[in-house]
Amino acid sequence: MSSPLHKSASHESAVGHVTGRARYVDDIAEPHDTAHAAVATSTVAAGRLLGLELTAARALPGVLGVYSAADIPGVNRIGPIVHDEPLLAEDQVFFHGQALAVVVAETREVARAAAALVKPQIEPTLPVLTMDEAIERADFHTDAHVIARGDVEQALASAAVVVEQDVRTGGQDHFYLETHGSFAQPVEGGLKVTSSTQHPTEVQREVAAVLGKPASTVVCEVARLGGGFGGKESQASQFACLAAMGAHFTGRPVKLVLKRHEDMAWTGNRHPFLGRYRAGFDAQGKLVGFAVKIYSNGGWTSDLSSPVMDRALFHLDNAYRIPALRFEGRVCRTNLPSNTAFRGFGGPQGVAVIEDAMERGAAALGIDPVELRRRNYYVDGDACPYGQVVDNVRLQRITDQLLESADYVARRAEIDAFNASSRWIRRGIGFVPLKFGISFTASLLNQAGALVLVYADGSVQLNHGGTEMGQGLYSKMLAVAADTLGVRLDQIRHMATSTEKVPNTSATAASSGTDLNGAAVLDACTTVRERMRPVAAEMLDCKPDAVRFVDGSCVAGDSSVPFADVANLCWVKQISLSSTGYYATPGIAYDAETGRGTPFFYYAYGAAFAEVEVDARTGQYGLVRVDILQDVGDSLNPSIDRGQVEGAFVQGLGWLTVEELIYDDSGRMATHGPSTYKIPAVGDIPADFRVALLDRSAQEGVIGGSKAVGEPPFLLAFAALGALRHAVGSFGGLPEIAVPATHESVLRAIEALR
Amino acid sequence: MIRFSLNGKTLEADTSPNTTLLDFLRQEQRLTGTKEGCAEGDCGACTVALLDPDAVGGPAWRAINSCLTLLPMVNGRTLVTVEGLSDGETLHPAQQAVVERLGSQCGYCTPGVVMSLFESCYRDDAASEAAQSDQMCGNLCRCTGYRPIQDAAKDVAGCRPADRFAAALVPAVTDPSGAWTRGDESWSMPDDWSVFFDAVEQEEAQIVCGATDLGLQVTQRGVRFSTLVSVESLPGLRDLHVDGDVVHIGAAVPLTDLERFAAEELPVVARMLRFFGSRQIKHRATLGGNLCNASPIGDMAPVMLALDATLVLRSRAGERELPIREFFLGYRQTALAAGEVVAAIRVRKPGPSARVGAYKVSRRREMDISAVALGAWVEVSDGLVIAARLGFGGMAATPKRASALEAALVGQPWTIDAVERLIGHLDEDFQPLSDHRGSAWYRQTVAKNLVRGFVEETEHASFQALPDRPLSTIVQVSK
Repeated sequence: MSSPLHKSASHESAVGHVTGRARYVDDIAEPHDTAHAAVATSTVAAGRLLGLELTAARALPGVLGVYSAADIPGVNRIGPIVHDEPLLAEDQVFFHGQALAVVVAETREVARAAAALVKPQIEPTLPVLTMDEAIERADFHTDAHVIARGDVEQALASAAVVVEQDVRTGGQDHFYLETHGSFAQPVEGGLKVTSSTQHPTEVQREVAAVLGKPASTVVCEVARLGGGFGGKESQASQFACLAAMGAHFTGRPVKLVLKRHEDMAWTGNRHPFLGRYRAGFDAQGKLVGFAVKIYSNGGWTSDLSSPVMDRALFHLDNAYRIPALRFEGRVCRTNLPSNTAFRGFGGPQGVAVIEDAMERGAAALGIDPVELRRRNYYVDGDACPYGQVVDNVRLQRITDQLLESADYVARRAEIDAFNASSRWIRRGIGFVPLKFGISFTASLLNQAGALVLVYADGSVQLNHGGTEMGQGLYSKMLAVAADTLGVRLDQIRHMATSTEKVPNTSATAASSGTDLNGAAVLDACTTVRERMRPVAAEMLDCKPDAVRFVDGSCVAGDSSVPFADVANLCWVKQISLSSTGYYATPGIAYDAETGRGTPFFYYAYGAAFAEVEVDARTGQYGLVRVDILQDVGDSLNPSIDRGQVEGAFVQGLGWLTVEELIYDDSGRMATHGPSTYKIPAVGDIPADFRVALLDRSAQEGVIGGSKAVGEPPFLLAFAALGALRHAVGSFGGLPEIAVPATHESVLRAIEALR
Repeated sequence: MIRFSLNGKTLEADTSPNTTLLDFLRQEQRLTGTKEGCAEGDCGACTVALLDPDAVGGPAWRAINSCLTLLPMVNGRTLVTVEGLSDGETLHPAQQAVVERLGSQCGYCTPGVVMSLFESCYRDDAASEAAQSDQMCGNLCRCTGYRPIQDAAKDVAGCRPADRFAAALVPAVTDPSGAWTRGDESWSMPDDWSVFFDAVEQEEAQIVCGATDLGLQVTQRGVRFSTLVSVESLPGLRDLHVDGDVVHIGAAVPLTDLERFAAEELPVVARMLRFFGSRQIKHRATLGGNLCNASPIGDMAPVMLALDATLVLRSRAGERELPIREFFLGYRQTALAAGEVVAAIRVRKPGPSARVGAYKVSRRREMDISAVALGAWVEVSDGLVIAARLGFGGMAATPKRASALEAALVGQPWTIDAVERLIGHLDEDFQPLSDHRGSAWYRQTVAKNLVRGFVEETEHASFQALPDRPLSTIVQVSK
């Protein structure tokens, strides 16, 4: 057997990546009549839009058209859930950078120059920029979502120790290397839109709605994205719609590719969160009650803020059993870009709260922070706050293995001894476990489709609804298809994702790409293979169930025939060689009214240790060593999964340690480029970076026994925060390190203790 | 008209001198392998390789940011982009390593990563982890977490495949000089001083060299310069030599050349350059440019203040010398007269009784702008300080010496205890501002701690080199 499934392999586009042949939106050959779009935006964060002066922009030579809200032929409302986002501003502006008009011109330069000539008349009002202001004004996008169990006040009253704190986590720019790009081309019967979107169906739907046309007139195609991380789930649509408007009005292909500073200033980020909690522990360190109110900064529209808040609430427990609890979450409305999906989707912000409680509880009780956490782990049969019962919990197993491989006990003792004799340099080791719920929390989204086409020469085209953004989805889907059809990888061509192949798709998000699309690909390929089986049996002169489809051949006993010959004979015999495939996750549902349900198909688990070394004179620090053990089930491709774990960890590290979005008092973003907004660079990763995947861990009911891997390891970066607490705490007392834990933040925490 | 070699073919171009190399490649040549990630020289997705026959250590391939390079700067030169590396279907080792290590995920940063690795293949000084990290720090990747890229860098560093790119590394004469006008925009790169002075006397003439800062005005603010005059080909401007105990640094010497040269001749300069920009930036940035920019956060100024460098200024009238302490007049203002340029920087090597150090604290260790930088020099005799120069960046409107603290140190023992008593004088020297790189409190606290770190490093030694993987800007001295 030489199935590619469960084997390490390079990314399917790796050769395209390293030769520059892999094409992204801005690389597509431009027809000679291609025009370029640019967006005129608001330069105030809040106000009444009294008028829009377009004459000067329209008069600039080379300008083909300037369009504002009044020109929109369909509806001027977009948005993934609540359609509350005007594509172009009407009578009010809500953030610095809001789109006012779109310019189409012969060149990019002229389009941009004309956009700068669009003069809005805005009567400014006082913007609301922070959660605290919004809370004070009771300005929210959502009603409170409450999940409660037991009598939490009673539990807190009876606790041996109660810790309380306001935990704040910051925003994070996605900083995908490819900015948002859209290319809208008029075709007979409608438009073809090539977009850097994680959600082609949403682009199709919104372009159609804005143009007042049926969805069937719009095709959205995505070959690949230069990174998404959630930032291109809902927010690609607005730019696709603007390019589509340009193509609609001018009848020419129109391209809109954002500059980095535009992308950073105009699009939303990870939601900043505020979590106000009280946590009660008994004398043994068991959590007895946990009362939490969380708020997120949603920005100007609702976008995906409501499900992000849901997932934050669902992860306030992280890995821990909580007998009595009350969780309440609300989304604040502010005059900032609308915050959106970002790897973890609220999960990390929820986990930040309870991990803070664990650190403080351990300090208050004098219990080792790893031990305290272990005492609180879920075990099979426990119920989560929202009622879902957990089984196959792998937390203890992972922790046992990792404690040993990371040599925690001895290293912690060594570190404490080192710190006792070192004046300026201090070390620390931190730990975090994770449990992450897998499925879209809006249960209906857990569906996917595929389309497989086998040609008479035995070559195959593979389509499904998922997008490739670097996570290796296409590589895994190719392996699933090759394994199922029994063909070689080089017999299959993975097609660009397109709404004309698979309709009504869900976003490639929520770590679900492989689970959902893999099952649909399996279904489609199985259908075709089973149609081919009797023909193969006839050729091999055996019973149908004796035929094995392996490596480009159909085999029975010692005889074999090429897959291509079987395919050709199927065609001759008038047997269909194409099929759709479909999958919907069974048995999940959640009722937000009651705060009860089974929102997740299963949970992913993992844990990490991190060791840091800090210089108490500058606050500078570095990661000396990181040990990770992640449960990815039976990995479909271990080297790709390792890449997801490492990448997620470093991205989480960036969020917690160095990345900081700064707006000035008027609501204008001050950190709109990599010169001012710093993501981790090569020198910031752990000097010793040990990543392992949990073995013998097949997940029942999931494609190939695998588990989702995209988001969960992002949470492992909390181990670095624990390590900093340990190091800074060596100066005596409880360290208060604000995140992101910049060098300045760490130095402040040290100075507060010294 | 400019002419250069691109992926083995000779090209001619007649575009605006304000066209960036990246736009030329992508828009005009439709070579879309090279990507735009930020257009400010901070992400490296646009990295291409330029052949530099005059590099210190011999002819070299050099990774540069095509987004900040103006097209005329490659006149007469040889350039390779990601499309030009493979030999048919056979990948270059830099490409192969990325494929095998899974160094690409979304693939968008990858062409730039590959071009930085490409440079590394032909380096003879990239064996250390520090060199590899320096080589790759100008290439941001948001997907991989860098580990596979680091592994690929380790695989290929110095592998020097016997290929056409190695064969091209032979002494050759490159002549990028020339002049032309297109519409109302002109470019000139004179190789003659008098022609140069004619050029800079034109109205709105803008002097340029590597454009690592000036290029931002083109890419970020849409500025179109009408008259660009490059100093890059002027006689003597890449001169780099030691004369007795004086190091002579031509103003247009790329910082990578200076870094390599300084490793032996002026280690304190090399120490600052380790965390100065990316390799791509250092290939095009120059000491002259960094000083003339007169930014309060330019990292070489503090070191040059500490070393009391002498600037050689040249105008049509001739040469004059100016101590660097008199050069910075105000925020981004210098003592350069109209029609005058910095031709060279002269630095006396620290003597045997000198103690020196260079420090930089920034939000991110690599490829970031300082919150605080310090260049430090003290002369110690019989255990007492006889002279001190502490040049700070990020603490005032200009790079500035801590004169009050310097004065207080003179005559005092060079010990931690003595410095501790005097460190408060820094409050007389500086009242820094708060911005997104650091608060006033942080800057002042760190500035004092850097001086403490300096004395700790040099109480019993003249200089400490950075370890391979420093976690702090202060070197830990084993006791």
